[in-house]
Amino acid sequence: MTALWLPLLVALPAVMSLVVAVSGRWPNLREGVSVATALALLAGIAGFIGDVTAGARPSFTLFEILPGASLTFTLEPIGLLFAMIASGLWSLTTVYAAGYMRGNAEHAQTRFFVCFALAISAAIGIAFAGNLMTLFIFYEMLTLSTYPLVTHHGDAESRDGGRVYLGILLTTSIGFFLPATVATWLLTGSITFTDGGLMAGSGLGALGAGLLYALFLYGTGKAALMPFHRWLPAAMVAPTPVSALLHAVAVVKAGVFIVLKLTVYVFGVDFLAETGASQPMMWIATITVLGASLIAMTKDNLKARLAYSTVSQLSYIVLGATMASSLGILGGSMHIAMHAFAKITLFFCAGAIYTATHRKNVSDLDGLGYAMPITFSAFFIASLSLIGIPPMGGIWSKWYLMEGAADAGHIAIILVLSLSSLLNIVYLLEIPTRAFFHNPRPDTPRNWQEAPWACVIPLSITAAGCIVWFLYPLPFTALLSPWAPQ
Amino acid sequence: MITQFLSQMPVLLVVLPLLAAPVCVIVHRAAPSWFIYALTSWACFAIAFLLFVQVRIGGPISYVLGGWPPPFGIELRLDALNMLVVLLVTGIAAIASIYARASIAAEIPRERAYLFYAALLLCLCGLLGISITGDAFNLFVFLEISSLSSYSLIAMGAKRRALLSAFQYLIMGTIGGTFLLIGIGFLYMMTGSLNMADIADRLPAVSDTRTVEAGLAFIVIGLSLKFALFPLHIWLPNAYTYAPSAVSAFIAATATKVAVYALIRFLFTVFGAAYAFGQLPLGEVLMVLAVVAMLSGSVAAIFQTDVKRLLAWSSVAQMGYIVLGLSMASATGLTAALAHIVNHGIIKGALFMVAGALFWRMRAISINDVAGLGRRMPLTAAAFVVAGLALIGVPATGGFISKWLLLEAVMEDAHYGLAAAILVSSLLSVIYIGRVVEALYFRDPADNDGKTAEAPVSMVAATWVLVGASVALGLYASPLVETAERAAAGLLGSGA
Repeated sequence: MTALWLPLLVALPAVMSLVVAVSGRWPNLREGVSVATALALLAGIAGFIGDVTAGARPSFTLFEILPGASLTFTLEPIGLLFAMIASGLWSLTTVYAAGYMRGNAEHAQTRFFVCFALAISAAIGIAFAGNLMTLFIFYEMLTLSTYPLVTHHGDAESRDGGRVYLGILLTTSIGFFLPATVATWLLTGSITFTDGGLMAGSGLGALGAGLLYALFLYGTGKAALMPFHRWLPAAMVAPTPVSALLHAVAVVKAGVFIVLKLTVYVFGVDFLAETGASQPMMWIATITVLGASLIAMTKDNLKARLAYSTVSQLSYIVLGATMASSLGILGGSMHIAMHAFAKITLFFCAGAIYTATHRKNVSDLDGLGYAMPITFSAFFIASLSLIGIPPMGGIWSKWYLMEGAADAGHIAIILVLSLSSLLNIVYLLEIPTRAFFHNPRPDTPRNWQEAPWACVIPLSITAAGCIVWFLYPLPFTALLSPWAPQ
Repeated sequence: MITQFLSQMPVLLVVLPLLAAPVCVIVHRAAPSWFIYALTSWACFAIAFLLFVQVRIGGPISYVLGGWPPPFGIELRLDALNMLVVLLVTGIAAIASIYARASIAAEIPRERAYLFYAALLLCLCGLLGISITGDAFNLFVFLEISSLSSYSLIAMGAKRRALLSAFQYLIMGTIGGTFLLIGIGFLYMMTGSLNMADIADRLPAVSDTRTVEAGLAFIVIGLSLKFALFPLHIWLPNAYTYAPSAVSAFIAATATKVAVYALIRFLFTVFGAAYAFGQLPLGEVLMVLAVVAMLSGSVAAIFQTDVKRLLAWSSVAQMGYIVLGLSMASATGLTAALAHIVNHGIIKGALFMVAGALFWRMRAISINDVAGLGRRMPLTAAAFVVAGLALIGVPATGGFISKWLLLEAVMEDAHYGLAAAILVSSLLSVIYIGRVVEALYFRDPADNDGKTAEAPVSMVAATWVLVGASVALGLYASPLVETAERAAAGLLGSGA
């Protein structure tokens, strides 16, 4: 396929958001447009798989924003993977959101679906960005287009959540990412993502590179590294489909995807391995992995617990990048996919439980497993995948991350990953255990049943995905072959 | 015929508005005066555009007024630098003409509207004159024309406080004008010339004298008063708050920018960067004041309850960015300052236009008054959001380009503290813009008639033209940045 498709694919959801806006009076048509757009987008992106696997890097420049900095889209393997996941899960989430939003009789549904499409457009823009300028434009577009979704309810709680959300994401991006980008421009004379990185010949020492790397990683607030992770729990005031797609997949994965992209194409894995510049951030990531898991254990609100679990899991991917080995990049990239399928399932389940029973807290879920067997089975499967137990896809990414850590000589990281798995068992498996093995609360009605089919079918598909990726991980290793073991 | 017209274009920029103003007074009625103003401003905009292209292709133009050759006669001199400013001023004036009709009809008694348009034309004439003249004394004259007319424009505000604000501005403005005149007098004393290029030629021989140093100080302070550099800014919040909405938009977008232009012209063309920033420590002085302005203006804006006053304080902060850029006296710094003159002019013009549209609807403009208008006036409120994002410096807006260039300039010289100050000030602007946006969208309206009532189409359209321009300049900034780069190179080349 020609590279001209890249800007068209980025524009597609944004253009279709207008169609969604005018079809607001016919909800079925409106959601139909969204699903069709998502599938068309997925098909369009999939059309590039062959070329990119074969080593091509299609690139298209629209125009020059500033002398030396253009609006450029370039497709490379990790971006292709991220874009496929975002658009593929968007179609499922739209079906799910239709069930959820109507089941809970939410207001302003058209605005909701319009902003959703804009957010996806921004996510695809990030995935395809060919330089730091393009990346930064779509990064901020993603922040801003998701703000109305986070504050959807329009009450004091969502306004406060929105303040934290926007406050942290804008502060980190303008305060850290922007100066880091300008510094890169001044140091290397380029902001284009380049194979092997830009920093190698810049004469930057270990300390300078370490500082710049830290500035970039904290500037990418969407990666939710501690102590700039508070926006993610705050974003949970949004309706659950938003939490599912955006705050488990598109937004947060955009963050860690940027971390991988910066590591590979701005700093260069070899440069980081030689200078050790990424090591301080590696330890920050280990603290985030363990710290967020510990906080997750204390949360009784199901969505809050899942949010902290996401904070923890995101840092797996940051670990993969910061350990500066190609197996780490492979493991991190694969974890984008594995975590996406598992975590969106968990959020779909949380939303289905809320739609069916209006219960939000873990301690209220006792005995609900028999009323909602499909939902809680899916929850169980996705939990196992996150923990990293066969036969679930999550084992693969964890496997490569551990192998990468061993490769780079960081035995402590292997221990951290193992410990984190144990913590995952504690805070995730508690939920299906309560649902299936505890007696229901006395006030639980007998006639409770599964959420509407529009909610149940998507979560079954994503749960099945967790198993499929265990049996069939080849697409990932083929696509990510530049970093795969020979 | 055509070539004659083309060769007379520079002077038409000044003559057209100057002659149109008394015509407004003669016709004495609101609608025709508005029409004359609109026609004149669009004509000036067209002429400015033609001249811009001419300068872009053929290089600087020198126009000799009345056939008296410089340095004896008055010379109009057009180069990349002032054509940028002229384009901004005429463009804002033209778009303001679309906006002003409905806005002024609501805010100024019908029988006095003709005086308003006459004063606005004089103000335009003064601002354009400052921008294109090559003569130092002539610059002072035009500055006075623009100042006197803007005092009367501000005094026409609906509230009685407008009179007091205009008086305050008059006192400060007159001091500023006098200082400028004294400074120019000193230069004339030492060089015997008033033509800027001629003074620049003669200055090096006498530049070590106390008289020239004092002249520089007087000129810098006088002009700083006019563009409200901290701590000479106290007139600005009141003036912008109480002026009629269309005047706030026009003056905020143009008057302070033209005064900064005049400072750049004096420092770089007349005195030369080597003298002002090398021999004298002007760079350090301006840098400190700029940083204080950026931070204190933003902090003050956070605590305002009146939307127009909030925007006015934000202007104090934004002028800090421009002065910071020029205080670096480097090519990148000057480019950033010039780009921000244009970008901020457009953005702040758009924001004050939104404030005027909100005022049109509510007859009041405190944050409580505009609460909940996001649903009633969706287009106006959305314009505030986009222009607010541009002010913050979110990518894909003009404000981002300015900030990018400014960061590049300060980091190039390894002033990392300044980079931090720029970023902190940007983040403070998130807070004050956020306060208004939250009021617009998250709070319930003060009265509950519940009807949707957008501002008149003309006001909304004019606002969105500026908002669109800001986004366009953020996405496709190359032409602006290249022009600013060329202007900066010209300034540093001639000053070295």
